[in-house]
Amino acid sequence: MSKRAVIGLVLLLALACALPFVVSSYRTFQLTLALVYSITLLGLNMLTGYNGQISLGHGAFYAIGAYCAAILMDKYGVPYWATIPVAGVVCLLVGFLFGLPALRLEGLYLALATFALGVSLPQLIKYKGIDNWTGGVQGIVITKPDPPFGLPISQDQWLYFFCLAVVIVMFVLGRNLLRGRIGRAMVAIRDNHIAAEAMGVNSAMVKSLTFGVSAMYTGISGALGAIAIQFVAPDSFNVFLSITFLVGIVIGGLASISGALYGALFIQFVPNIADDLSKAAPWAVFGMFLIGFMYLMPMGVAGAIRMGLARIARRAQNSRPGAA
Amino acid sequence: MKRIMLPIAALLAAALAAPAALAQKKYGPGASDTEIKVGNINPYSGPASAYGTIGKTIAAYFKMVNEHGGINGRKIDFISYDDSYSPPKTVEMARKLVEQDQVLFIFQSLGTPTNTAIHKYMNAKKVPQLFVATGATAWNDPKHFPWTMGWQPNYQTEARIYAQYILKNKPNAKIAVLYQNDDYGKDYLKGFHDGLGDKAKSMIVKEVSYETSDPTVDSQIAQLQASGADTFFNITTPKFAAQAIRKAYDSGWKPLQFLNNVSASVGSVLKPAGLDKSVGLISTAYIKDPTDPEWAKDPAVEQWREFMKKYYPDGNLADSSNVYGYAVAQTMAQVLKQCGDDLTRENVMKQAANLKNYRVDLLLPGIMINTGPDDFAPIQSEQLAKFDGKTWERFGEILGK
Amino acid sequence: MEGFLHQVLAGLATGGIYASLALALVMIYQATHLVNFAQGEMAMFCTYIAWSLTNAGVPYWIAFLLTVVFAFILGVVIERVIIRPVENAPVLSVVVVFIGLLVILNSVAGWIYTYTIKTFPSPFPEQPILGIRYVSPHEFGAIGVTLVVLALLYAFFRFTPLGLAMRAAAQNPDSSRLVGIRVGWMLALGWGLAAAVGSVAGMMVAPIVFLDPNMMSGILLYAFAAALVGGVDNPAGAVFGGFLVGVLENVVGAYVVGPDLKLSVALVLIIAVLVIKPTGFFGRVHVTRV
Repeated sequence: MSKRAVIGLVLLLALACALPFVVSSYRTFQLTLALVYSITLLGLNMLTGYNGQISLGHGAFYAIGAYCAAILMDKYGVPYWATIPVAGVVCLLVGFLFGLPALRLEGLYLALATFALGVSLPQLIKYKGIDNWTGGVQGIVITKPDPPFGLPISQDQWLYFFCLAVVIVMFVLGRNLLRGRIGRAMVAIRDNHIAAEAMGVNSAMVKSLTFGVSAMYTGISGALGAIAIQFVAPDSFNVFLSITFLVGIVIGGLASISGALYGALFIQFVPNIADDLSKAAPWAVFGMFLIGFMYLMPMGVAGAIRMGLARIARRAQNSRPGAA
Repeated sequence: MKRIMLPIAALLAAALAAPAALAQKKYGPGASDTEIKVGNINPYSGPASAYGTIGKTIAAYFKMVNEHGGINGRKIDFISYDDSYSPPKTVEMARKLVEQDQVLFIFQSLGTPTNTAIHKYMNAKKVPQLFVATGATAWNDPKHFPWTMGWQPNYQTEARIYAQYILKNKPNAKIAVLYQNDDYGKDYLKGFHDGLGDKAKSMIVKEVSYETSDPTVDSQIAQLQASGADTFFNITTPKFAAQAIRKAYDSGWKPLQFLNNVSASVGSVLKPAGLDKSVGLISTAYIKDPTDPEWAKDPAVEQWREFMKKYYPDGNLADSSNVYGYAVAQTMAQVLKQCGDDLTRENVMKQAANLKNYRVDLLLPGIMINTGPDDFAPIQSEQLAKFDGKTWERFGEILGK
Repeated sequence: MEGFLHQVLAGLATGGIYASLALALVMIYQATHLVNFAQGEMAMFCTYIAWSLTNAGVPYWIAFLLTVVFAFILGVVIERVIIRPVENAPVLSVVVVFIGLLVILNSVAGWIYTYTIKTFPSPFPEQPILGIRYVSPHEFGAIGVTLVVLALLYAFFRFTPLGLAMRAAAQNPDSSRLVGIRVGWMLALGWGLAAAVGSVAGMMVAPIVFLDPNMMSGILLYAFAAALVGGVDNPAGAVFGGFLVGVLENVVGAYVVGPDLKLSVALVLIIAVLVIKPTGFFGRVHVTRV
């Protein structure tokens, strides 16, 4: 990575660490949620942006991760930090298993299959047979974790830093994956899967694996989200959540890692802004934001920034003496 | 000398102390000499958006109160946020109201899972969670949750009333139940089972659920009809209630039907279903239905109509949610009035638990609001009523307290 | 046995609902190769317009006609004004625009008309047809209307030069331009027709499920499934898909798992169909040349 990028990242990290001490507890809570969503969006972006498989049902994996954390903490007294890897592993498996039959489906049909998953999961959670585990329609209430070692920070601040740490780990892992061989294979499959297979890429394995990893990311963020909100209920995970995630990655920028952050900030804060702007029809304002963003930045925020920086670089190049 | 000085000194002391005690104003966050900040969370969008009108009615009510000088000279700043019936959003909005907007209390937040999500938080932060808009039983628990209070009669009580009626008047009934597959439906179902006791297993021949995302409940009605039941407990929200009533009639199934009072509105449910198809329906009531011809000239309902025309002209005059909103806002105003100048959170809670035979004229005659330190259920009485094709004929005595 | 018949007939009735919206989805897909998520909300919005007309005293069939014309114009305007600026953007960006449209229409309808349910009149008589009580006359009529619309669409695409031009514009816009077809206007026409079909669907559905802003959201998923199961580029397939999904949903819910798992099982079955026949029952199998 270029020196400029490293400096930028360090500054960003410093800012992120300073924020919870500067802003109110409520804003810290909101930022924690934005961090959680950024992990989800990175996961979804891997699947849809880099690998070209459309998913309209990632809310289901988020829900599975959330319920893993809730059930483990509530019924088995597992400490909160231990539930995160468990949620990840469970969702990795479920995602991989779902990815296998999904191999047969392309584009629209895959979208429908994932949509179906997203729609039916709340009903599954409410099912009588398992409702002493899932709490059924009543949901499960979780206790908020306390800062460890008696650190002199509030619960909200501790949760923020915990999520920040997980975000950093997941983003670093994700970046290595996407820049590596598998990442290139993913993009190759998206762009021209016949050529990719001709080059020796095991398309079926990569696609299913991507599904699994994407689900794992989403499950981990679901578990974090459950701990932050301290409550899970089937109503929290309806199909609109899945659609919100899709909106998030498109607005943030497909096939970009930073896009996950922009998208997360958008889906966390813009609905509140829309609510402030109009009491009568806040979602109409949100819809207009969506359309406006797509007009101005069809490649998402990350895409627009990339093009903007490229334009600046080009202009700098053109104004240098000796240029054509 | 001393003998005169002592009483004079005492009188002086009393005179000095008295105005100080009288002028003692106590304020919690969100309260001041000029205003009281009241928070609210309602689903203005999403699957439960039909109930968003309650928030709008309450806002209009406080607008009216403010125009008439406010309560004890203070204007009400009613801050309401949308949670789209999503518990995570409710948590966020509750924190915004308490931590950012610094409201004195949150009032009439709607929904069971949504209120459950903030239940612990509100009690931990010691902020009143008053008159929540749900009939679940969990809100009447002053020992463990001293800051939370419901308002409307709870669903389980209502279901038990129907169960008792059946046990008394139709002990050999074969019962079919249709319920919405969420906390509201399941709460009614539980109350019904409890009310029937050990006869529940033998009397209920078929129980079928539906989701709010289902387009129709025709398939469910067909199943219930095929079970051969002659009694039907209809636990559905307005849109599905209208469908169910109509479909049952059209399919030639004419059971003894009990309709939950959430969907008992003549104008928004029975008319669309068909008034002739709704004859014989039994429900309970605690509030006046504005579309019921019985209350057409009732002074309280007329006053409510005037209020709607002036302060909430977009509101639907056939929607009983708008009557509900007015009644609960009126109760809230009474609590604030009782607080006088002591506007701390503790006192708000204390006065909420201190309503003695308070009468809201939009409630049915004979129904009073009563609360106490151990009784966090303001309205517990309801009355059975039968629909005769035009209006709900109340019968029997007022049950509950 | 009678119970089973009742379920199947009820399934055909709800299936008719899904079929009518699925037709609109297929229309849009045939014209633009995009699935319009806002189709349901557009249909709902147009139905509210129809409701305002009939409420004001306009006779049913005149209101019906006026609404269809309004829907057509609305579709064309949406295509020209909202979709045109993003037509070269990646597919998912256009999907986000659709979602924005969906949310706007739903919110505005709720704001203008409130969320209380409204009755919508039915042009069909009240008496049960042939003494069959399990399907109301309106439901029969709605299925009939759907089939008529299907026939009209089929005739339009197959036998008229305009229909041919539209199909060409969707399949191969560049070659179509070379032949002189105004591709832009073909797209707008496609949107207009789809909106018109959608408004008919809305007006047929509303008397059954009652009119409210969230009327179409539950139906959209099933219509989507129906269109895909039947083959997304085949209108007749979409109608077949609709009936299949309706009956499946009811029979599975009543006899196999109970309504608690109805959604999941019905959708699993649909996915199973797609896995076995990836382009749906009657879809054209796409052969890609390497």
